[in-house]
Order: sequence, then structure tokens, then C-alpha cells
Amino acid sequence: MLIHSVHLPHYKNSAESPTIELPLPDKVIISMAQHLGAPCTPTVAIGDKVKIGDIIGNSEAVMSAPVHASISGTVTAITDVLHISGRNMSSVVIESDGKGEISDRIKPPVVNNREDFLKAVRESGSIGLGGAGFPTSLKLGYDRTEYHPDYLIINGAECEPYITSDYRCFMEEGEKILDGIRLILKYLEIPKCIIGIEKNKPRAIAKMTELCKNDSNITVKALKSSYPQGAEKTLIFSTTKRVVKEGCLPITSGCIVVNSSTVAFISDYIKTGMPLVKRRITVDGNIVKKPSNFMAAVGMSIGEIVYHADLSEKPDRILLGGPMMGACAFDIDYPLAKTSNALLLFANSPVYKPSACIRCGRCVSACTMNLLPTELEHAFDMRDAERLKKLNVNLCVNCGACSYVCPAKRNLAEKHQLAKAFVRKQSAVKK
Amino acid sequence: MAKLIIEPSPHIKSAMTTQKIMLCVIIALLPALIASVWIFGLRALVMTVVCCAACVVFEWITRKIMKRENTISDLSAVVTGMLLAFNLPVTLPFYMAVIGCFVAIVIVKQFFGGIGQNFANPAITARIVLMLSFTSYMTTWAEPFYYKNPDVITTSTPLASDTPAEITDLLLGTTGGCLGETCAIALLLGGIFLVVMKIITPVTPVCFIGTVFVISLIATGDIMQAVAAILSGGLILGAVFMATDYATTPMTTKGKIIFGIGCGLVTMLIRYFGTMPEGVSYSILLMNILTPLIDRFTVPKAFGEVKKGGKSKK
Repeated sequence: MLIHSVHLPHYKNSAESPTIELPLPDKVIISMAQHLGAPCTPTVAIGDKVKIGDIIGNSEAVMSAPVHASISGTVTAITDVLHISGRNMSSVVIESDGKGEISDRIKPPVVNNREDFLKAVRESGSIGLGGAGFPTSLKLGYDRTEYHPDYLIINGAECEPYITSDYRCFMEEGEKILDGIRLILKYLEIPKCIIGIEKNKPRAIAKMTELCKNDSNITVKALKSSYPQGAEKTLIFSTTKRVVKEGCLPITSGCIVVNSSTVAFISDYIKTGMPLVKRRITVDGNIVKKPSNFMAAVGMSIGEIVYHADLSEKPDRILLGGPMMGACAFDIDYPLAKTSNALLLFANSPVYKPSACIRCGRCVSACTMNLLPTELEHAFDMRDAERLKKLNVNLCVNCGACSYVCPAKRNLAEKHQLAKAFVRKQSAVKK
Repeated sequence: MAKLIIEPSPHIKSAMTTQKIMLCVIIALLPALIASVWIFGLRALVMTVVCCAACVVFEWITRKIMKRENTISDLSAVVTGMLLAFNLPVTLPFYMAVIGCFVAIVIVKQFFGGIGQNFANPAITARIVLMLSFTSYMTTWAEPFYYKNPDVITTSTPLASDTPAEITDLLLGTTGGCLGETCAIALLLGGIFLVVMKIITPVTPVCFIGTVFVISLIATGDIMQAVAAILSGGLILGAVFMATDYATTPMTTKGKIIFGIGCGLVTMLIRYFGTMPEGVSYSILLMNILTPLIDRFTVPKAFGEVKKGGKSKK
């Protein structure tokens, strides 16, 4: 079986820019919605003093992860901030005392068994750092009576253009990634691990191959540089030839996919107890003079991060995440989220005008899920929920490859997202 | 702070546009046009220009009357004009060619919604309409190089003649026929260009031409006659440029295979059993009509798709 993909320009301009640790900001706005699933509820009140690593938001929900203070100072506001998803989300505003003090409660967790490990992962506030933000504790905390995964797959594909934050993690923290893998394999009793890295990162492949040469159960797999290689189901197929069935989680195919930077963070947390309060972010785009990788505090304003990368002119488009799946920021003061792996700034960016579909079929041969994007668009335009279901609109992973290749510049991926919501609504109405 | 653009992802798009695709097709048709001018004289060029101009003008007028956005800049009307001209005898009166352009653009293309919406290939349908309306004009073929020797004007196409044509004549196109269909080498050159530029996949032409080859090989038992069969008539032009039209042919590879083989079968049925010497245009038109049906039965299986009604865990 052959899986469809598209070839994208790489633009990995920041690949050889070592990560620069940014100074702590004077103010952070930390959203309670840093992950997929239930947002946290603030656990602090206005006027509270907090230090780095203190919990400021938590939730009882299974699909969630706690949120921690990324600077030391005083909580000055708890307010709704317009989230990039378009909804208002409760956020905690902390103004710095300039000391950068670390919480007294930060100490390495005691981990002796699987339960301790999962508890530690939950408390670390870990989420998928590749961009989707799936809570790591939930991913690793599968039902052990039902599933016995054969593979831990480390997602180091980084198939989106521009982004190099995972690559920098491989180059700078390869040992941590390996250590994190060993921890997961040990506590979850998973027999094998495959590290998937695209071939456009030969140095990362070489480095990881060298590092894990003594671990017979860990292998590095060089993947074709194609988009969307890093999509979970695509990656599982590329590394193990296994197919994740429609509507099933990867665990049903005996695989768990974790992002490389997430694994490095887990290793760090088990050693130090410092929760997820900062992350590596690539700053690039056609007006960025110094394409860079920064380590920045969660909640820092993107305008402040950009300041360190030097812009040649004013941006007309700011993206959080990659150019294929990232979202447009609507404000230069938007705060950095745990999920933001890139900050891309563009000026004079083209705005395309869609024209009529010419049925060329490029979208069909681009779709990694083997769907018919143009037919889906047509079915949505006709508001035909039955046909949408028949054409498996729910399987669309919103990778955007169809919109990318379309010569008529139709916004197919956008339509599919709307179509999914439409089908959900129709099904709800029926019930 | 300047205004920021807010758009759904993806935020980058490929450089390929509809206009570029059409431009590639026009470029791919140029070798055959040059060959045609060499074989049939300057009137071949004039005929092509007349058809292109008429198609563009008809498209512009129709869009204007329908108060729709004008689409002449996508160059698809130029492609239709060229293809129609290539399907006409060089001696056809210009007014008839213009009637063909009207049929192609106004009736077949615009009445059904414009680019991408037409169910039948405009140039082929127009050719068939002209064939039925002006049969004698449409079947009077000029002798190659007739412009150098005005005494001998008409000849028959290799398919209608009793003496088999030389393979070299078929490759070079120095035989009777429509002005753009005779030179196999030039047409194949254009086809290779389209494949290299990833404008078309070779699936349909290979299936179409392959089917014709296999059937004539079985029927005649002679490999040279089978080669002559694929080089004669409008087969190469039809298979490379008309059976690969996006709007009127299937989108999936499986669909393209069915389409190509179907075209080959119908072509050979007409060539062997029909009253007409050539069946390429009818076969493509017939398969155009079957395309929605082929599309319906060739929906690819989605990655990880489970049969509806089947059980799926979690």
C-alpha cells in the first residue's frame, strides 16, 4: 500500500541556530487552556504571590494537565482572554517581581513503578509539544488490562516547513530524549521503540543512531521527507506498516506516539521536578532577520519573543505553529502557549482567491487519508450529511495538503473542518 | 500596528494555478501545431488562431451576458480552441469552424456552468456536431503539402484507405487527416512534456492506446498493422489531450484505467464494425458520459476505513 503525501519546500532556515534562553518577561498571561481536553480552573487568587513551578490551574478531568507559574511574582488578574481557537478562555496574569525565584516545592518526584510514573507525568503538566497538545499522562495511561502496546514511536518527523524546534531538541538534548524513552519503556513495559526522523535531518538521524547503538530495543528510522509524515496515523504506518482503524486510538494498533521534545521534557522532569513552564520555539518567516530557536517562558507575549529575532518590517500575518496547520494570531501581544512550536511572521503574504474546481484530482492524490477532498467540499456545499459520512469526512486530519496543492486555490481543508462540525450537529439533531 | 490577516490553515499554497496548467497544455500542443503548418501550410495556423480567438470571444460574451466573473484569463478557452482546430480538416471554411467554437464554448462549456462543470469534452462534442452538420466538408482531407501542388487536394485518411500507410509517414504526420492529429511524434512529444510537468498522468493514454494496440494485434496478427493502428486517425491526439481532460474524465487512478480501456474498446468497435472510419471522438464522448458512473464505483478506500455497519473498537 502506498500512502499519499505532498512535497513541500522545507525552509529550515533556523536549523543550525542553537537555542537561546530568553530572559524571563516582566509579565505573563497564562491560559488555562494549554491542551486538548478540559481547561483548568485557576487555583490562585488575585494578589497571591507565586514562584516558578507553582500550580496556578488544575482540573479533575482525566483529559487535562495542570498549569504552572512560569515566573515569580504576583497574580494581578484572572481574566478571560480571547484564545487562538476563537473562544474566551480564563487566563492568569502574573507580574514579575524580577527575582525569578523557584518554588520550594520543586523536587524530583519519587518514581518506583508505573503508577508513580504516570502520576509524575500528570503533575509535570506535560502535553504533546508537537502542536496538538494531547495530555501526555492520558496518552501513556492507557488501560493496561486491555492493551499491550508493542511500540513506542517517537515523532521527530517535523514535517512542517520552517519549524526546527524538535530538531534542535535532538541536537541539544539527544541524551534526554533517549533517557525519556528508556523511562517510558521501563515503566510501561513496552518492548520496542522506533524514533522516526525525516531524511532532511541527517545530523539528527546520525546523532540518535549513535546514541542508542547500545539499546537493542530502540531503533532510528529515517523517514521520507514528505508532508504530512508527522501525522500520527501516517507516522505509525511509515514506521510499523500498521494501520490505525477508523475511529480508533493508536493504542488499538499497539502503538503509542509521543513527540521527541515531550520525551526530553519528561526525562527532565523526573530528574529535576521542574514542570512545563517554558518551551523551545522556532521564530522565522520572510521578515525575520535572524531565524532563531528560543527557550521562552509559557505566557510570554509573542511580541517580546519576536523582539529578539529582529524584524525587517511590520508583519501582516503572524502564525503560531507551522504554515500548514498553525493558526493566525490576531494580536502581537498574544501569549505563548505550551503547544506553540513555532512563531512565524510574514509581510506581503499572498492572499489567494479561489476559482472554480477543474477536477484535476491533485487533492485526491495529496490526501494522506485517501479521501476525495473536492467531493467532500461539494457534499458540504450541498449540506449532504449522508454523503459526507459516506466519504469519511471524519477521517480528515486537517493537514491542509489538499488546499496546498489546489491550482484553483480552493480552501478545501477549511471546508472539511466545517463539514465535520456540520455532520456532528446533524447527528446530534437526529438523536 | 497594521491589520493582521486571519485565515484558516494552510497558510502557504503551491505555485501551480489553473492558468499555468492551461499554459502547459498550450505549450504541449505547439509541436503538433508547427508540424501541422509544415504539413498543411499556413492555413493550419490561421485555422488555429481563428478557433482560439472565437472561443475566447464566445467565452467572454457568455460570461458577460450571464453576469458571471470573466474567466478568459484562465486560458482554458484557448486550449479548447486549439484542440477543436486540431480536430478539423485544414480546408474547412472558417465560418463552420466558428460554429464549432460556439457549440464548444457556449453550449457544452458555459451552459453547464463553465470550467470544470461541463460533462462532455467541448472540442470533441463540437467536432461531432460539425461532423453531423457538414459531413462532406468534415471528411474532405487535404493531401499533405497540398499547398505546394494545388492540383491534388483531397485524399483519404489512412484509416479509410485501402493501401496501408507507411509507418514513417504516420510518425511524421505526412498523411491525410485533421490538421493537428497526423504527426504522432509531435503529439507524443507534447504528451511527454505534460507528464514531466505533472499536468497529466500517463495512465489514461497508456490504457487507451494499449487497448487499441492489443485489439488490433489480436485482430490482424501483425505487429506492424497494430503499430499503424495506434498511429492512425485521431488516436494519439485523443488519448493524450482529450481523454486526459480533467473535467470530463475520472479523478482516481482506478477510474482512469477503466476510462482508458473503455475508450480503446469503443474506438475499436467503431473502427471495425461501425460505418465511420474513425471512432476516437465518439469513444471519448461516450466515456465522458459514463464518467460520473465510473467515479461512483471507484471511490477509493480511505486509510483505516472500516466497512460501514462493521464493529469498531473504541
